[in-house]
Amino acid sequence: MQILVNTNFDFMGKRRWAYLVSGMATLISIGSLVLHGGPRLSIDFTGGSFVEVRFDQPVNIADLRSAMEEVRLPSAEIQKVGTENDYIVRMNEEEVAKLSREALGKEISDPFGVIQHAVGKRMPGVGVSLRRQETVGPKIGGELRNQSIKAVLVALVLLLIYIGFRFPGLSYAVCAVVALFHDVILTLGVFSLLDREVSLTVLAALLTIAGYSINDTIVVYDRIREELKAHRREPLEQVINRSVNLTLSRTMLTGLTTIMAVCALYFVGGTVIHDFALAMLIGILWGTYSSVFVASSLVVSWENWRQSREPGRRRGARRPTPEAARSA
Amino acid sequence: MGGIARWKLILVLAVFALGAYYLYPTYRYYFMLSPEERAADRDLRSKIIHLGLDLQGGMHVILEADLSQVPAEEAKDALDRVVEILRNRVDQFGVSEPVIQKQGEDRILVDLAGVLSEEDVRDLIGKTARLEFRMCKPATVASQVVDRLDRALAARTPDTTQARPLSSKFALFYNSQYGVPTGAFVTEADIPAVNELLKSLAADSLLFGDTDLFWDHETHTIGEVKGKILHFVDKTIEIPGDQVANAERRFDLDYERPNAPGVSITFSNRGATRFAQVTKANVGNHLAIVLDNVVRSAPVIREAIRGGRASITGSFTDQESLVLATVLRAGALPLDVKIAEERTVGPSLGRDSIEMGLKAGVLATVGTVLFMLFWYKGSGVIAVVALALQMFLLLAGLAALRGTLTLPGIAGIILTIGMAVDANVLIFERIREELRNRKTVRAAIDAGYTRAFMTIFDSNLTTLIAALVLFQYGTGPIKGFAVTLSIGLIANMLSAVLVTRMIFDLITSRRRLERLSI
Repeated sequence: MQILVNTNFDFMGKRRWAYLVSGMATLISIGSLVLHGGPRLSIDFTGGSFVEVRFDQPVNIADLRSAMEEVRLPSAEIQKVGTENDYIVRMNEEEVAKLSREALGKEISDPFGVIQHAVGKRMPGVGVSLRRQETVGPKIGGELRNQSIKAVLVALVLLLIYIGFRFPGLSYAVCAVVALFHDVILTLGVFSLLDREVSLTVLAALLTIAGYSINDTIVVYDRIREELKAHRREPLEQVINRSVNLTLSRTMLTGLTTIMAVCALYFVGGTVIHDFALAMLIGILWGTYSSVFVASSLVVSWENWRQSREPGRRRGARRPTPEAARSA
Repeated sequence: MGGIARWKLILVLAVFALGAYYLYPTYRYYFMLSPEERAADRDLRSKIIHLGLDLQGGMHVILEADLSQVPAEEAKDALDRVVEILRNRVDQFGVSEPVIQKQGEDRILVDLAGVLSEEDVRDLIGKTARLEFRMCKPATVASQVVDRLDRALAARTPDTTQARPLSSKFALFYNSQYGVPTGAFVTEADIPAVNELLKSLAADSLLFGDTDLFWDHETHTIGEVKGKILHFVDKTIEIPGDQVANAERRFDLDYERPNAPGVSITFSNRGATRFAQVTKANVGNHLAIVLDNVVRSAPVIREAIRGGRASITGSFTDQESLVLATVLRAGALPLDVKIAEERTVGPSLGRDSIEMGLKAGVLATVGTVLFMLFWYKGSGVIAVVALALQMFLLLAGLAALRGTLTLPGIAGIILTIGMAVDANVLIFERIREELRNRKTVRAAIDAGYTRAFMTIFDSNLTTLIAALVLFQYGTGPIKGFAVTLSIGLIANMLSAVLVTRMIFDLITSRRRLERLSI
């Protein structure tokens, strides 16, 4: 079974369309992020409490809300999840600590205890059990934020160094990293548009996507290097275009199998891993798109721009050949 | 059999055997032993792949110790002692294989698997458990203190008509008839207000003199009104908690409530002597048993007690009394700790997560296998064999590293299944291309592998870099993800490149192939 062989799409010629699409998507993403004041951060980064509970019978969310109001937690966010009478309740930790003795008449120190008490008062006879619960103090929330930023920066630097090492010449490394940024921002943008939370696991997904994006891009660059060596007289744009076409079937196939695996996680994996799977899904889609349409196009544009700054030279006459430390 | 270097074959077989050796304990533990046998075999347990808290169910807690009262040189020792005492407490409570570790300068990480009741665990690891025996102040002294407090409060808001802002909130004061022989009875509604008033005066220790005001542990109902007793207790600690040699939960301590749980305390020799002295000198007065600045009970001393035993009764639940006894036995923490982070997964979700992870894994595997067979036909079979070997190596590697499998870890495995195909795709697409360019089968295979290898290496390495960063900066479950992803990528390179090549070599050495099913 073979498809996508001997294709000859003019990716490079049509690259302006790709820039348009990416440009608009980036604007929309940044716009959404700015509008919402940044990505919606989970309690991992903001501190607070989060409880996932299961009721033994269907309940009315309005009843739940009034139950929480009665224990003086009107600002608790309640959300139904999954298919089995599961609800997620988010609370501000200070509120929980403050009210426990006053409103509840006894010392309850954990958020689930508060919910149990509230449900017992308002909806007697309804059983509620704990699925999971997380409480993060504000100090640790801030630290996790800093650690995460550090992790992202370190990953970016390491990846940049690695590409710079394997494909010398500023253009390749920079264009690859730009494509990477593009993938991550657009993934965050979609998350922002869908109003999903960014938690530690979602961050892990973003870093993995960064690795995958560069991975994809390197495969194309490798081919470019090989083609450049074999066809020394050909103009750069043509060589790059052919390389992208030659690697197209691989890019699509790998994208397909990885997406298939992630879909299995998304649909069957349960609420805990849900956001992670969604981030991976969106990220791989963007990553595949950027490897075909963005990374190499940027290299072509970069080189053309460089040529145009040196008048008197023919276009495409000089090409950056990324000599590697070790040849393939 | 020509065509494959003997050393390569031996290497592969050796790796396979090693993998089987490392994986066997895990297989035995989870699939061949009953729960009782599992609990008993500690040696085996040290060799298996453990399930993370998010799959087993359990509590993960980060405690932050209050080092403000401790000079810098003693901080490290104090923290070590806290770890030791916590370990003691948890051991005595019977939690299996707890993880208790220092983290940085002032934090302690506690992972408890399979724990059901969080409130008790909070008490177990969060309570300082400072036990003190002190005398209660008589009514005369208490009145003087209250007077001073009232006047200080009134002085602050001179225009108010309330001359006695504090004591006006006392429903009863030293009233034996209604069961309040020491202290003031405050109704539930007034408790927050009283706390506010006391807090506002706390800085001025002269007002309090040598008296501490501590709340009772429980609410009492007097008449039809619910409230708590505020005790007036001497600042002097007659007997400190470190004089307690043993503490036991018993069910026969309260005459008024037979079969109610309580804690029986036995003093050390010194403590017992002191206890005898104190009780002898204070017959008729009340002795307050104070735990973490809360009065557990304040019984009247009827006679000198020489036996060196005391008991704490009250409305405990079974679990509460057990926790209290454990905590008193293990000793008080030298530092106050508070819970800075807590993540709990209930056992039902843990089980569900395992089930869902497995389901997703099976789905992903079946999808990938079908795809490979459909797309690459005969050669697809070789790729599937490589995938199976890769999974085997991944699990064996995890077992060899005594790793822990978490839900993100399962996600990592599933991800490597999807990405595993990539190496094969790179090689096979190359082979197809070379075949299209009219190369011989042998030459096409050669060229495919040679050209593809560096690309495979490069691309796997970048994902590996991301995984390593995640391992370095990530917390528990995410570390699990980074580990399975990393091992999976390495196993992928080994099996997809080396092993499939060997299989191809084996096939082409047997006979001259005109065409390749690919």
